Amino acid sequence: MTIPTSSIEQVIPGQGSMAQPETGKPAKAKRQRFRFVSNKKAATGLVMLAVYVLLAIIGPWVAPYDPDARSNALIQPPSGDHWLGTTHLGQDVFSQLLIGTRSVMLVGFFAGTIATVLSVLIGVTAGYLGGKTDEGLSALSNVFLVIPALPLIIIITSTLQNAEDWLIALVIGLTSWSWNARVLRAQTLSLRRRDFVDASRATGEKTWRVIVFELMPNLTAVIASGFIGTVIFAVLSEITLAFIGVTSSSTWNWGTILFWAQGQQALAQEAWWWFIPAGLAIALLGTALSLINFGIDEFVSPRLRSAGKTKIKTIDGRTVRMRIGFTPVLSNSPEPHTHATPVLPAATPVVKKEVTS
Amino acid sequence: MKYLLQRIAFYLFTAWAAITLNFFIPRLVPGDPVQALIAKFQGQLSTQATQSLYVLFGLDKDKSVWQEYLDYWGQLFHGDLGLSFTFFPTPVSEIISDSLPWTLLLVGITTIISFFLGTGLGVLAGWRRGSWTDGLLPVTTFLSSVPYFWLGIIAIYLLTGPDSFFPSSGGFDNGLVPAFDQYFIPSAIRHSVLPALTILISSVSGWILSMRNMMVTVSSEDYITVAHAKGLSDRRVAMSYAARNALLPNVSGFALSLGFIVGGTLLVEIVFSYPGIGFQLFQALGAQDYPLMQGVFLIITISVLVANLIADVAYLLLDPRTRKEG
Amino acid sequence: MSEPVLEIKNLNVGYGLGDQAVRAVRDVNLTLHRGEVLGLAGESGSGKSTLAYGLTRLLPPPGVITGGQVIYHPEQGAAYDVLELSDQQLRGFRWGETAIVFQGAMNSLNPVHKISTQLTDVLRAHRPEMSDAARNARAREMLKLVGIAADRMDAYPHQLSGGMRQRVMIGMALILQPQVVIMDEPTTALDVVMQRQILGQLIELRERLGFSVIFITHDLSLLVEFSNRIAIMYGGRIVEEAPAAAIYKDSLHPYSKGLLGSFPALRGPRRELTGIPGSPPDLKGMPSGCSFHPRCPKAFEPCSGHIPVLGRPGTPDGPTRSVACWLHPAEQPVG
Repeated sequence: MTIPTSSIEQVIPGQGSMAQPETGKPAKAKRQRFRFVSNKKAATGLVMLAVYVLLAIIGPWVAPYDPDARSNALIQPPSGDHWLGTTHLGQDVFSQLLIGTRSVMLVGFFAGTIATVLSVLIGVTAGYLGGKTDEGLSALSNVFLVIPALPLIIIITSTLQNAEDWLIALVIGLTSWSWNARVLRAQTLSLRRRDFVDASRATGEKTWRVIVFELMPNLTAVIASGFIGTVIFAVLSEITLAFIGVTSSSTWNWGTILFWAQGQQALAQEAWWWFIPAGLAIALLGTALSLINFGIDEFVSPRLRSAGKTKIKTIDGRTVRMRIGFTPVLSNSPEPHTHATPVLPAATPVVKKEVTS
Repeated sequence: MKYLLQRIAFYLFTAWAAITLNFFIPRLVPGDPVQALIAKFQGQLSTQATQSLYVLFGLDKDKSVWQEYLDYWGQLFHGDLGLSFTFFPTPVSEIISDSLPWTLLLVGITTIISFFLGTGLGVLAGWRRGSWTDGLLPVTTFLSSVPYFWLGIIAIYLLTGPDSFFPSSGGFDNGLVPAFDQYFIPSAIRHSVLPALTILISSVSGWILSMRNMMVTVSSEDYITVAHAKGLSDRRVAMSYAARNALLPNVSGFALSLGFIVGGTLLVEIVFSYPGIGFQLFQALGAQDYPLMQGVFLIITISVLVANLIADVAYLLLDPRTRKEG
Repeated sequence: MSEPVLEIKNLNVGYGLGDQAVRAVRDVNLTLHRGEVLGLAGESGSGKSTLAYGLTRLLPPPGVITGGQVIYHPEQGAAYDVLELSDQQLRGFRWGETAIVFQGAMNSLNPVHKISTQLTDVLRAHRPEMSDAARNARAREMLKLVGIAADRMDAYPHQLSGGMRQRVMIGMALILQPQVVIMDEPTTALDVVMQRQILGQLIELRERLGFSVIFITHDLSLLVEFSNRIAIMYGGRIVEEAPAAAIYKDSLHPYSKGLLGSFPALRGPRRELTGIPGSPPDLKGMPSGCSFHPRCPKAFEPCSGHIPVLGRPGTPDGPTRSVACWLHPAEQPVG
């Protein structure tokens, strides 16, 4: 559904850094964690995600109604009693939405974890060991990559019949690790050629130690970004499965709401409150996760960071834009900026003393 | 040429893997829903049809798995995918060949338009970084997170109705017979506009974002500075130097994400009851029509593989480094 | 000395704006004369590349030129300030008057286009009146000039070796017969034999075609061998400028001495390698006074408080050289 937008794979570190400012390199390592959070996109995404996690935890307690409880208020628009209106059976949409959050988040994170573990195992092993192992594992992940994942998941879950959340998460996790494995393999390959890895191999470190202590810390960002990407995919897949009615209809998630809304002609009845909030919830969760991923992307490849201010006022009041190929000229007065001193103000004799000594 | 042969070999291998997967999935599941269906249609099934379903779903307990596997392949080569239960007694292959053109036209054309449009806008956004185009990014991020089918629902809600130009479902007006004539073609086009727009809006954002990021990354390559230093026009630097190089990863990304995109677009067909493969899959799911599901999965996989191969050929033409002489 | 072709006057180049701003090139005054090879040396971070990209306005964001002038004297016509040109005029100036051979020989060529395309698109932009056949002939001629067989015209960059690619870049730089060629570490990516071969060839071409060269490198030994005059940069400023031989034999600035002491002499008596203690200054927190004083073995009282001006020293060869050091207070400031 969503195209993985992470560009980490495509950024080869250490190329074409011509004429970059050569300063500011030291002290960078220290504050990395803070920098990531201070990235506006990542921070926004994290806050939004935190709200979702909170709702997933407290949802069932704060929900005003039992999501299955029927009432006589059929297809009612939002009101004080029912903030997001009711369904054809008089169920409270807001409660369904709140309670559904938990299932969505659980499946997303569980599937993301499975896929991440698999992708690390397969991708890093392939990249690190190389040779026949690499060929075999790469072929395997490429096969999984080109086989359309969602139809495969649909086929499997429908064969399983009324699958529970954990089983759905398992199926999604087992079928969606390939993209990350591919990215990780490429990253591992490029890391493996670096000096520090060579050095620790030369000193006789065990393979697993090299992988865990030398490679993994450098792959954190890539792994994190892959995890987030899979969570997005898993959430969308779960909702899709529920929407087309493949999965167990006893647990609520946002897809289930949409399934009933679609099945009961919510559209024809103009019951917008029935299908709009659930879709918005999905889209906002997806946006939150994408924002976190953009943050990681910019963190990993500084070229994507916005350069801060891009418009500058020159001394004579014109506005110029920073752009590649035409460095802005703020002023072309030939006056010097600093005041170098041609002759020492006083006490010049000292000079001679130093020179002769 | 060697590169292309390697790719073809890989896709053949993947097709084999997918078909084998398709063979094993029903066999791994406890219980046999198909058995129940066969029982239901007992009197109406010919012996040959029953036999073919037995092979497809591994119901014959006397045969070894290996023997079944060989029979399965034999049947596939005859184009026999079993009978559909939803549209009993139509063969699955017939349903697929009826609905595949709808999907190929809708999803194929829309995806290609989306790729070119998104890539073009991405070039602009990446090249004119810091201008108004940056304001598009939050919007595109949001749109790319919206599920395709939900956007379809919203489109139907907002844009269709008794007086609307846009029909809310189907592939053509009732009462028309599919034919290449002046009644059918306009009707089919009218029915496809809204599904196409839905796919376009939710898929174009991904291309914009990835192309923009590639443009930004490529813009700081040395050869871009050289191009500026050579005094070439802005247009030439942007297109022939930056975009031309940024396009390469986007094309390989296109090939790799086809599997994802197709999954999403099939759902749009469901929402619009569009008579393509996705809608058939949906109906098969509702009726637990396993032969049809399996057939649809196979044909989707094979279409994606073919599309991948085409994208590979495009890549080959675009990147001289993969074109080895001799 | 012959007439000037490029005069840099109080050029200031920085990165970023406001509080984050870093000044990478400070009040640089430098004159390139017609037909000479001017060497520009310094450690990484000294601002030498920033200077080269700044004067052609090729510095990528967040680079900004905060002041100064770059006066260009064309072969015919009146001199003008490069920094005042419109984008369109600047495009004409680039490559037509001043061409650049870049640092990364490997990444300077567009990987998806043939060598011929990349040579002829310069002609297409600058000489629209030329016919395709004439363009191709010219491109072939340039390749021949730098010693590449004309049948490599249709090769892609990845099919050429590093040395060949850099030759192509040199050929490309000369295709419009510019007055000035800026070479930014043109040979660092190549092996030593290839380095000398290519530089030798370039010097020979310069004698034949008569362009001037600004040659930027951290390798002072190459400069001593291949340039007429050498300017040494430190902390964004030019600290010494003199004929190559004078820099080599008796440099006045302690930093130049340190640089010379950090590589083995090619000719002449053997010296002890010393190197310079400490590390280059952080452009964000430049020391007060002379920026070299914290590392200078000869620093004394005024160095930390006052910035020395670049000027003619009181030595016998004073009129031909300049230095910014309190050990040799300027008798006549430059610029």
